[in-house]
Amino acid sequence: MNAERPSLSSRHLLGAEQLSVAEIEALLDCAEGYVALNRSTDKKGAVLKGLTLINLFFEASTRTQSSFELAGKRLGADVLNMAVRTSSVSKGETLLDTATTLNAMQPDILIVRHQDSGAAELLSHKLDCCVVNAGDGAHEHPTQALLDALTIRRHCGGFEGLVVAICGDVLHSRVARSNIHLLSKLGARVRIIAPRTLLPADAERFGIEICSDMREGLAGADIVMMLRLQLERMEGAFVPSTREYFRFFGLDRQKLGYAKPGALVMHPGPMNRGVEIDSDIADDVAVSLIQEQVEMGVAIRMAVLDALANGLKRYRGNAA
Amino acid sequence: MSARIVFTNARLIDPESGYDTHGGLLVADGQIADFGPAFASAQLESCDQIDCGGKALAPGLIDMRVFTGEPGSEHRETLQSASDAAAAGGVTTIVVMPKTQPVIDEPSLVDFLKRRAAATACVRVMPTAALTRHLAGETMTEIGLLREAGALAFTDADTTIANTRVLRRALAYAANFDVLVIGHAEDPDLSFGAAVTEGEFATRLGLPAAPAMAETMIVERDIRLVELTGVRYHFGQISTRASLEAVANAKSRGLPITCGVSAHHLALNELDIGAYQTFRKVKPPLRSEADRAAMVEGVAQGIIDVVVSSHDPQAADTKRLPFGQAAFGGVGLETLLPAVLALYHDGQMSLPRALHTVTSAPAKLLGLGGGRLARGAPADLVLLDPDRPWVVDSHQLRSRARNTPFDGRRLQGLAEMTFVNGNKVFDRRRAD
Repeated sequence: MNAERPSLSSRHLLGAEQLSVAEIEALLDCAEGYVALNRSTDKKGAVLKGLTLINLFFEASTRTQSSFELAGKRLGADVLNMAVRTSSVSKGETLLDTATTLNAMQPDILIVRHQDSGAAELLSHKLDCCVVNAGDGAHEHPTQALLDALTIRRHCGGFEGLVVAICGDVLHSRVARSNIHLLSKLGARVRIIAPRTLLPADAERFGIEICSDMREGLAGADIVMMLRLQLERMEGAFVPSTREYFRFFGLDRQKLGYAKPGALVMHPGPMNRGVEIDSDIADDVAVSLIQEQVEMGVAIRMAVLDALANGLKRYRGNAA
Repeated sequence: MSARIVFTNARLIDPESGYDTHGGLLVADGQIADFGPAFASAQLESCDQIDCGGKALAPGLIDMRVFTGEPGSEHRETLQSASDAAAAGGVTTIVVMPKTQPVIDEPSLVDFLKRRAAATACVRVMPTAALTRHLAGETMTEIGLLREAGALAFTDADTTIANTRVLRRALAYAANFDVLVIGHAEDPDLSFGAAVTEGEFATRLGLPAAPAMAETMIVERDIRLVELTGVRYHFGQISTRASLEAVANAKSRGLPITCGVSAHHLALNELDIGAYQTFRKVKPPLRSEADRAAMVEGVAQGIIDVVVSSHDPQAADTKRLPFGQAAFGGVGLETLLPAVLALYHDGQMSLPRALHTVTSAPAKLLGLGGGRLARGAPADLVLLDPDRPWVVDSHQLRSRARNTPFDGRRLQGLAEMTFVNGNKVFDRRRAD
């Protein structure tokens, strides 16, 4: 592959908040190379040859899990998928019990998705391997933000002065938090739009703009990033109904018209069509980057794994 | 019958009167027989002699808010292990919360606690009883019978009674017997599922959070019910400036209201949670720095009457979890004294005034005889070095649980020796 392999100052990737601009740019540059590789007929690399990668998912996620699996396999790692869900918790096994068991199998990289904020951090303190946070509660989902940044950069060239509007359930969204950190660092102007029940407290302290109205919030936006609204949060808990939510906060052709002409639409998936986004928009390849985000996901995860494997050499002091 | 002891070369502190003098103190028959400068270097017949080396001799601490695991969760803490921790922390009386299994809501259970304490504990253990059965907030307990059995105060521990009709009747009934009711202020619905205080920090960590106002709303509600019922009411712990202002206002109106603050709300703020440190997950949660500073101010001004440890031992397996799932609570019996001494070291209060919040103030609230240096008072004493620096190491604690929110913190001040009823129950020179 390319001459320059990316590296991170930390052994783990726990959040976008800890990444420096240089690290982010190195990861994005490296991922560009993997985009090209993934589009070629011979997709097999070898930078993870001999390494074991475990996907430990306490929450179901087809998209993220298969993305990491493919990324690991394309780089030559042995990949093991563990779908833990809640069954082991009900058997009385704690997160750390599971982790300790896995640790004994000598994995090199552990990808973890968990419903509780801080779960990846907790594991990173207790395990010998690299830990990648693939989503912890409402905290962070750094590879999602990285893949979003890669997608944006490929279309807009850069981030300086770019207006990114993140719309929907920001309160419960790790994707929003990671994107706020990452895109702000890269120089974008981040704006969040949500009904007040779904806005996190003191969000203005993150140096972002806050709106509760789509028309106002979308004005001048280059990128419109929609968030998934969990079904259990509708029906009167945080918003009165699906149809009311769609009426005021769902992205349709009319509301997209408030944004800058040529604005592009993103969504981390899976989508609730007709709730936060109209199918008409989601399937319009002229404005929707949603499929491309999935493609970039594999490439950015290859770059992340590459960087962590590169770092492992330092921590273990041998030439991998 | 315990022996006669004479303490010489001591800095005598009586927090009640502000007395702070070099002298000595004579203990006989488990009581303070006499004290003053005349005993500074006394040589008395048939007395154990203890040279205090100029260190402070003060009444033992009275901790108004201690959770143990006995009965029902002895793996977390027994009365014995809690009392060992207390003695090492200079605490000679612990007021235990009724949140056990079963809940202390029956006179026979109060009796059980007293007997277990007499058999196993080296410090005084004062039981409180539940205000409502099973702490369920639905029906009041037998307040009169429980008091006769020895319940010192009535409290639903760390739960807030949501139903104001139930609470109003329980408070009115309690007022009949002139008992002290200790309340917990955290709106149960507003704080449902919350692990931390709402704000920038909680947003950053992505943790479920409740607004600090969830406390003040209940403080204000309960003040109105005290106005209605006339009961003697104590907020077990407050933690926000708004609550402090509400209590100050109620006091200025002459209502029989008092309040406490926990040592960790005086010393720590929410940022100390750092990267999800579950040892700092407490109830109510740690607050903003502005609220923490308000607590210090409230103690210094005397609006906050007492400082408590809120000692709440939790087993390792309930703390070694993601923050949201981890248990609330921290052990505190061995860090209460240095946390209070910090007020003195920071120039907020004199040494006697600082100690007042953990000795004579709780004694007065609870109608106890201790908490002061006076002839005839029980010889519950602590010989303490207010200046000695140390670093908290959770593995060095006497408590059965290790979950101290002060783990790794640098503190100043330690109990050197602790006496209950004239008997030595802790000696650091032997312990270390």
